[in-house]
Amino acid sequence: MAKLKVALYWAASCGGCEIATLAIHEKILKLAEVADIVFWPVGMDFKYADVEKMADKSVDVCLFNGAIRNEENEHMAKLLRAKSKVMIAYGSCAYEGCIPGLSNFYNRQMTMERAYVETPSTDNPKKILPQTKVKVPEGELELPELYDTVKTLAQTVDVDYFVPGCPPEEKTTWLALEALITGKLPPKGTVISHSVKALCEECTRTREEKKIKKFYRPYEIIPEPEKCLLEQGLLCYGIATRGGCGALCPIANMPCTGCYGPVEGVIDQGAHFLSALASIIDSNDPEEIQKIIDDIPDPAGTFYRYSLPDSLLRRARIK
Amino acid sequence: MKRITIDPITRLEGHGKITIFLKDDGSVANVYFQVPELRGFEKFSEGRAAEDMPQITQRICGVCPEAHHMASTKALDDLFHIEPTSAARKLRELLYSAFYVTDHTTHFYILAAPDFVMGPDAPPAERNILGVIGKVGLELGGAVINIRKQNHWIIQTVGGRPINPCFGLPGGVSRAINEEERAQIQDIAKQSVEFAKLSLKVFDDVVLKNKTYLDMILSDTFTQKSYNMGLVDENNKVNFYDGKVRVVGPDGKELCKYAPREYLEHIAERVEPWTYLKFPYLKKVGWKGFVDGNDSGVYRATPLSRLNAADGMATPLAQEEYDKMYSTLGGKPANFTLATHWARLVELLYAAERLLDLSKDPEITSTDIRNIPTATPDEGVGIVEAPRGTLTHHYITDERGVIKKCNLIVGTTNNYAALYMSIKKAAEDFVKPGVKITEGLLNRIEMAWRPYDPCLSCATHALPGQLPLEVTIYDARGNEVQKLSQGI
Repeated sequence: MAKLKVALYWAASCGGCEIATLAIHEKILKLAEVADIVFWPVGMDFKYADVEKMADKSVDVCLFNGAIRNEENEHMAKLLRAKSKVMIAYGSCAYEGCIPGLSNFYNRQMTMERAYVETPSTDNPKKILPQTKVKVPEGELELPELYDTVKTLAQTVDVDYFVPGCPPEEKTTWLALEALITGKLPPKGTVISHSVKALCEECTRTREEKKIKKFYRPYEIIPEPEKCLLEQGLLCYGIATRGGCGALCPIANMPCTGCYGPVEGVIDQGAHFLSALASIIDSNDPEEIQKIIDDIPDPAGTFYRYSLPDSLLRRARIK
Repeated sequence: MKRITIDPITRLEGHGKITIFLKDDGSVANVYFQVPELRGFEKFSEGRAAEDMPQITQRICGVCPEAHHMASTKALDDLFHIEPTSAARKLRELLYSAFYVTDHTTHFYILAAPDFVMGPDAPPAERNILGVIGKVGLELGGAVINIRKQNHWIIQTVGGRPINPCFGLPGGVSRAINEEERAQIQDIAKQSVEFAKLSLKVFDDVVLKNKTYLDMILSDTFTQKSYNMGLVDENNKVNFYDGKVRVVGPDGKELCKYAPREYLEHIAERVEPWTYLKFPYLKKVGWKGFVDGNDSGVYRATPLSRLNAADGMATPLAQEEYDKMYSTLGGKPANFTLATHWARLVELLYAAERLLDLSKDPEITSTDIRNIPTATPDEGVGIVEAPRGTLTHHYITDERGVIKKCNLIVGTTNNYAALYMSIKKAAEDFVKPGVKITEGLLNRIEMAWRPYDPCLSCATHALPGQLPLEVTIYDARGNEVQKLSQGI
């Protein structure tokens, strides 16, 4: 059997997905037996021009991490899509927009003003902002244009599979790679994880009936070690988050923050979490319900922590 | 005007770019090092709940999320006016020490060692970690993998997750460790100390006993007389987790020593229109352009600068190595950029010794790990030493603890000006009229920036090989006249 041709690429990301790809440790050798890496800017010396020269669909699989934040990210997404038979959005940024997607609460101008003018350590009386083309005494320099809105990979090109997580856990990564190696590919559009259900299903904390009178912030209480965090009033996102990570944060006494994305069949993770919460608030009095909800200091940033670009909202409207 | 674009570095495409402009005679006219990326954390942190910041800001960097998590958690202590319990503080420092062991190990063996073990002129195909293992032995390669894996286990056990820990809270940490875990941590710490000692021996054998390398370290091309920054404890010893930021001049004199809350009196950042990254500098000295010396506010925040800024190491074995380093280099401060690799190994030994001390601390298994804040949050600053430089997080909140303003001065950013100058100086010294541009020559330019371990390149950490480079030389009309590339 011919070796699989694999491309890996990072767009707007932090490098955590690259580290996660390597976290398969000794299995890397197994991967190397069956796959050749044909493009991986982080680790190997292939240039964009090399990708452009490849025949269309000559790459078997592209693992693409990072969101689409500037023109270069978009260009590479389109190029790699054309060259690859299978396109995988690897990690939360490519899948849903992730933390950098919180930028969609603001716009480019606000982001630039904050970074280059407003911040208290910045000394910039002339209010200089980075420019896409700048004349310097010796010639001209260029920078890629930053987009107003962070987009997911699937909003940019056709995507075959999604691997959730910020970053994906080792076993999730291997599940995806194993499917590719064995050729036992799931239906197009599958989110590859060990679970299609909510994280609660694999969490070892004991659950009873959920009735909440008050939400607490994680620093306000020391939760009981065995009991469901949500039942103790901590805003644990497990109820609306796909399982597969092993409930690592609840094991460490911290609430799940939702990085594995929505459970199977749910389009908008934030809306799902909100409706799940509404059903467990222990009150029928609209005023009291409002008061309980008001204890959540940052509802939008909590419900859409990882999924704002992929949600039905996509971005905030800036007046 | 000719133009060379060192289009960095395949893995930096889109994440960094060096352009060298040549005069008509072939000498260097100017150099630009651009960072073409901005993700905007300082803006979109506004509106977030303060306690979420340790987990939000660690997504700035997937290689050093522990550093952001820690600086942010410390900023929360300050913001909520709450001290962590003694055990919590120790658990944080324990995790942080394990993180330093993994990070410094990776940098030395995968990025730095190939240049010295294989030599800067070795064929690129051999100048990588595989080459290093081939030369120094598979056993050492196995030890590198083992130490990284084991210390990652510590990070997950203490911090909750192997990448992006979740345990930091104002006033403490979320989880205690038990005796069984402690014993295993102690065992890993012992192995880490031995491994660090071995690494210093490898450096001694391979680099210090080779006069060519020692001369290169001491050469003018790789000398830069900039200010040195580093976090120190109450005895002015190097500390990664806590203390005051001390700045010492290239002449060895202390310029200032400041608490986190005072950082704005000492640090300012300059904006240039041709790059998305800002250039921090020492405010009281002032910005004088990309020049070194006592009158220029450019500073470095690297392993070497930390050792230069401190009076010594807080652990005995690291102190011995510290003394040895400075006696070899001719005293303090050492302004030799390449000695940063050596300083990193001294820090590796310190981190391992610290890890061992903490793992044996009777209080480390205490369950008293949380203080509950009761004061109204308002403003907080947290500083830690990230492996790639002093890391500052500054938050202002409303009375509910919702972020109103956020300012971040991140590890590598501190070194942007110094890094740029090091590249420029190496380019000026090596790219000369009539000198043919070879791969070895390009690698020497690259060697000027590798000591900083710029986080733009952080992901290379985990992979075989040096930074692949491609240099394209254009004539005045923009025609390509020469192309060279090096890689794995």
